Amino acid sequence: MRSVTRGKSESQFTLRLAQRGKLALRHWQLYVLMLPLIVFFILFKYVPMYGIQIAFRDFSPTLGFWNSPWVGLRHFQRFFSSPDFKIVIKNTLTISLLNLAFGFPLPIIISLLLNQVRARRYKHLVQNMIYAPYFISTVVMVGILQAFLSPSTGIINQILIKLGGESIFFMGEPQYFKAIYVISEIWQTTGWGTVIYLAALSGVSPDLYEAAVVDGATKWQRMIRIDLPCIMPTAIIQLILSTGKMFSIGYEKIFLMQNSLNRTVSEVISTYEYKQGILQSQFGYSAAIGLFNAVINLVILLTVNYLANKYSETSLW
Amino acid sequence: MPTKRIRRPRADVVFDIINYAVLFLVLLIVFYPLYFIVIASFSDPNAVYTGQVLFAPKAITFEGYQHILQDKLIWTGYLNTFVYTFTGTLISVCITIAGAFALSRPNLPGSGIILRLIVFTMFFSGGLIPSYMLVQNLNMDNTMWALILPVAVYPWNLIVARAFFKSSISEELYEAAYLDGCSDFATFFRIALPLSKAIIAVMVLYYAVGLWNSYFPAMLYLKDELKYPLQLVLRNMLIENNMSSQIMVSEALINQQRIADLMKYGVIIVSSLPVLIMYPFVEKYFAKGVMLGAVKG
Repeated sequence: MRSVTRGKSESQFTLRLAQRGKLALRHWQLYVLMLPLIVFFILFKYVPMYGIQIAFRDFSPTLGFWNSPWVGLRHFQRFFSSPDFKIVIKNTLTISLLNLAFGFPLPIIISLLLNQVRARRYKHLVQNMIYAPYFISTVVMVGILQAFLSPSTGIINQILIKLGGESIFFMGEPQYFKAIYVISEIWQTTGWGTVIYLAALSGVSPDLYEAAVVDGATKWQRMIRIDLPCIMPTAIIQLILSTGKMFSIGYEKIFLMQNSLNRTVSEVISTYEYKQGILQSQFGYSAAIGLFNAVINLVILLTVNYLANKYSETSLW
Repeated sequence: MPTKRIRRPRADVVFDIINYAVLFLVLLIVFYPLYFIVIASFSDPNAVYTGQVLFAPKAITFEGYQHILQDKLIWTGYLNTFVYTFTGTLISVCITIAGAFALSRPNLPGSGIILRLIVFTMFFSGGLIPSYMLVQNLNMDNTMWALILPVAVYPWNLIVARAFFKSSISEELYEAAYLDGCSDFATFFRIALPLSKAIIAVMVLYYAVGLWNSYFPAMLYLKDELKYPLQLVLRNMLIENNMSSQIMVSEALINQQRIADLMKYGVIIVSSLPVLIMYPFVEKYFAKGVMLGAVKG
């Protein structure tokens, strides 16, 4: 009896396989359309993933990739026991947590406020203006910072002096580095961050507002009791995505903001990885740092996603 | 319309006043630095140094822009960036749109797993060194391909484009085409593409802005100064403080710093000009892209 049913399900399986094969054959042109895409992802995403094994080898250019000897976890041990490890981890964590703590709620608050604006032209004016900084390149952004914060010629110090203070070399003093990074990051990305919440807010049902108005709810109450819960799922998704990137915070910008004076507070995992790997040609060591970084990112993402799913029933998949 | 206006509660009036004021403050915080760069770019640096240029330009001079116009590196950088951005955008958009269309068709065997493997790369990557070694092995070092090909497709853009094809073009249309004997190629080129101008615009903009603004791959892979894109030239000028020497030699030493500072503000404007000019026309498409992505994140 049992073998009969198994035989049946097996033949059903092969039948379905044949059907799907036929379907695939009929739509071969669709596969041709996605061929460049597949080639791209295999070559530039999955081949490097395979290349991660360099993190477990002692790479030497003369021996080549395949013949370099295996060294197990030696690079990882070296990274964990190096004096740089603590500094790099600490900087990465503090900068990204600060960035998250201020950068995450601000777009939500501003889009809630914007959503209450009745004057359409004013709303559009504010929207269009606050998106603009997002399109400034990293290089120009750091250039602006240097120009504004210059101790001799920058406008910020001019104002400080006018107010009776003293000129400060902001980019050279370690204690200002994190604040400068986070504030400029917020200035550049908050406006753009509102787009997604405004989209979510435009989907809120007008019935809810009408009922609330009839019940005598004020604007503030409508904002807190209707709008905020409605954009909560979007906010949680955004939070998950940004925690998943926590360990790879804007290294392109940090790299440009670095100088010999602020290195103790500005060196993060990715800038360290770049310097060890590219500038000092320690490919194996740098790849190990990169792999460590990628794994941590993935673990954080999965954890936050799991927690979000458990407590708010919102998750990425 | 016979709707009676419900009198606004006093709390709402207060709320509105505070709300408008807060948003005005936000507007100022974003706007003022940009405005300052513009006025500082054609004010005499000595006036800028002494804090006289806060609200309007003072002692107007075009020296900065004159020097920028004569600077060879800036212009080769500009030209290079145009070439890289144009080529890269063309390649990226073609791959993304064609792939997104194919992946949006329902019940295609294998498409689910392919999509999942693509999304996975958003959350895990090989890292810097393996990619760097790959570029070396492909002999793309010191060529523009190293800046374009390894970042040709952003998974996020692909998902946005796929969401567009799934939601904006009705299934009946495809079925009708199929019954009329249209092949998949014909459906793509004759039916889907003409209906997807909006998403193509979004993709062109996303990729073009990304390429226009990128400096890191260029710094990694380009050895030849004449191949430098604008952002790398800017990095040397703005951040490393290396003004091109051939112009500066003719100036007196004291004047050099003055002109260098003037040029910094000017060069920020000049380099952002294409994006600034494009911006008002395309702003609605940018936002549209984000919203499409939000439909199915």
